[in-house]
Formats: sequence, structure tokens, C-alpha cells
Amino acid sequence: MSAARTGFLAAAALLAARDLRLALRRAGDSLLPLGFFLVITTLFPLSLDPSLSLLRDIAPAALWVGALLSSLLALDLLFRDDGQDGTLEQLALCGQPFAGLLLAKTVVHWGLTGFPLVLVAPLAATALGAPTAAMPGIVAAVLLGTIALSLIGAVGAGLTLTLRRNGSLLALLVLPLAVPVLIFGARASALAIAGESPAAPLYLLAAFSVLAATLAPWALAAAVRIGLE
Amino acid sequence: MHQLSADNLQLWRGDTHVLRGISFSVKGGECLQITGANGSGKTSLLRALCGLTPLDDGRICWRGIDIGTDPAAYHAELAYLGHDNGLKGDLSAAENLRYAVGLRRRVSRADIGAALMRAGVDAARGIPLRRLSAGQRRRVALARLSLMDAALWLLDEPGSNLDAAGQLLLAELLESHAGAGGVAVVATHQALELPASAQRSVSLQ
Repeated sequence: MSAARTGFLAAAALLAARDLRLALRRAGDSLLPLGFFLVITTLFPLSLDPSLSLLRDIAPAALWVGALLSSLLALDLLFRDDGQDGTLEQLALCGQPFAGLLLAKTVVHWGLTGFPLVLVAPLAATALGAPTAAMPGIVAAVLLGTIALSLIGAVGAGLTLTLRRNGSLLALLVLPLAVPVLIFGARASALAIAGESPAAPLYLLAAFSVLAATLAPWALAAAVRIGLE
Repeated sequence: MHQLSADNLQLWRGDTHVLRGISFSVKGGECLQITGANGSGKTSLLRALCGLTPLDDGRICWRGIDIGTDPAAYHAELAYLGHDNGLKGDLSAAENLRYAVGLRRRVSRADIGAALMRAGVDAARGIPLRRLSAGQRRRVALARLSLMDAALWLLDEPGSNLDAAGQLLLAELLESHAGAGGVAVVATHQALELPASAQRSVSLQ
């Protein structure tokens, strides 16, 4: 009865295609975090004195608080629908490695809500007065930072899957864990804006992302399984 | 030979003793009906049989092997249909089946079309599922079940929202599943229209 079983990679690709298609049908939901990030980062220059030095001083903080809150807002999209309509259960029972499938979902989630932040980061940084020379450092920091934020956030979203009002608890759970990303991301951006090498905090961010990518899938699978009990 | 056996299953939910020493054994070609009042633990039992809910005591074996030994291999052989259909409202019936079944085995468009035709929802194949009625969605879920190629079916009130023709479809599916040597465990109040020789039942208090 096991004719032509789907291999894991084919299954993960199929799941990713499904999530992309669903996101496309609900483009408004998927674009919301991006809009939120842009609004936050552009509200700072509008509400502050139009002095370039002040803007540059707060630019890293504005960028990273914006990225953090935007990723938190996006987390609601990750498992909520699948948990409610029973598809998450079907995923857990389809005989494929559950941690791998959830990682595939998280990667797609990052592509839809984290990667757009990387694309618009230069725009937001320019609005905050960052010099053009700082862009490579800022983009690299946002790239590595959003990967870590998506992975950490996914574990939090998995843990709060069954809670009715999970938004506030999710924030309490995820934000403390995201503090290292905030610190090193903001530090890398600040160094880049000051014209110095952001390499050291970037390495730490990269290490953090790799650590999150290694551990998060297992924690995620365990958390979601508890939610499905 | 396919065989699902449960031995002295015990499950507590807080202070409630939900499953009190349930034991049974079903062989290939047989269908086990679980009956019991609302809240008697039918869904809990099915979820435990899936391996979703850990038991407090007792053993569930599939073909003589404890289901906890290799959950992925066990899950690859089972199809579960719960209260929720596990279908996406934003996808059409055909898309839903392509993704849900495709995760387990390769499936062609023709197979999907034939399964939808058999389930009587062929006319609605391109329409987003949330625009279909609850009964039509249940039929799509039954079409998925028939495509999954699973030896063990665990069905929770599979007849809910189905009309008379839908009940007949369900009976046909169960009969052909049993005929092919598959095992089915069905929690339902309605009588299953199956030959008595192929039917067993267990009642929960």
C-alpha cells in the first residue's frame, strides 16, 4: 500500500507552495507587517526635529524596534489558521518529519514577512538619515536579524497555539528571547551609520541565527505537538 | 495482516477519568464502531489511537508493534478524519486534495478528479472551499480519505453534515476499505451499514 511515497523534500516543497498560494490569496494579511514597519520607521523622522544628527542617533533603535514589533505582528499568521481548521493536525499525522515541515513553514513565513523588511530596510534607513555607505551593513544586519526573529517567534507561536487570547502572552514570551537580536542588530546598524566596520556584531547575529535554525525546529515540533494534544 | 490492538487504555483529563481501561483488537477487513454518549471520550480515544494524545497507561499496537516505536511509519499508514475537516477554506477542493494527499504520496490530477466525482462534489472542484456547504466540505474530506491509500482509518463522526446520499457514500467507502483488507475505527452514533461479519463495536461509558 506504500506505492510512490512522497519524499521529505518534495513534501516540504509542496507545503511551501501551498503556503505561498494561501498568502497570495490573502495578500493584505501578508503585507500588513511590512506596512507596519514602514509606518513606524517613517513616523520617527516626522515627529522629531529635522536635524540629521539626532535622526542618525536614533536610527538604529527605530529600525530595530520597528523590525521586532513587525515580526511579532506577523507571527499571528504563522499557525493560527492551520491550527483552527485542523490542517496542522493533518500535517502532524502525514508521516513526514514534523520538525522539517514546520521549518519549511517558518522559512516561507520569513520569505513573506521577514525578507520584505530586508528589501525596504535601505528605504527606511534613508528616511532616518543613514548615509548610503551604511546600507550594506544595515541590510546584512536586518537579513540575519529577521531570520533569527522568525525562528524564535515561531517557537513562541507554537507554544501559544491553543491559547484563546494568545497575542499578549506571545509578546511576553518572544520579546525577552529576541533581546540579543535587538542588541546586536542595533549595534551593527549604529556602527555602519557611524562609518565603522559592523563585522563583530554581524558575526554574533549570524551565530545567533545559525543556533536558532539548529534548535528551533525541534523546539517548534515539541511545542506544536503539546498544542495538539 | 493489519491489526490494531489496544490494551487497557487509561487517560485522565485533569480530575476526569476519560478512558477507563479500554481494550479491543481489530483485524484487517473489520470495522470497529465506537459508541457512547456525548463527552464519553470517543474523540479522546481516537486522538490517542492517532498518537496525538499521550496515554496515562496502556498500550496501542499496530501490527503488533507499539505505535510509539516509530510514529512516522505508523502515521504514514493511517488516515485521520476529525471534527475539523483539515481543509483550507481559501483553496479549491482540487487544490486541497493535491496538497493534502501529495504530502503523503504522488497523486495525479485524474485521480483527484475521479475521487471528487465519486464523492459527488465534482461540480465544485474549482470553487474556494469556504463557499461550499458543510456537507460538501465533509464530502471533500471523504474524497481525501479515499485517496490517502492508508491501511488504517480513524474517523470521528464521519457522517456529520452528510445527507442520505452522503451516508451511502460513506458506507460504500468503508465497505471497499474493509474489502481491501483495511482497518477502520469509527466513532459514530449512527448504525454503520456494513455486513455484520465485518463489524465490531465498543461502547464507552
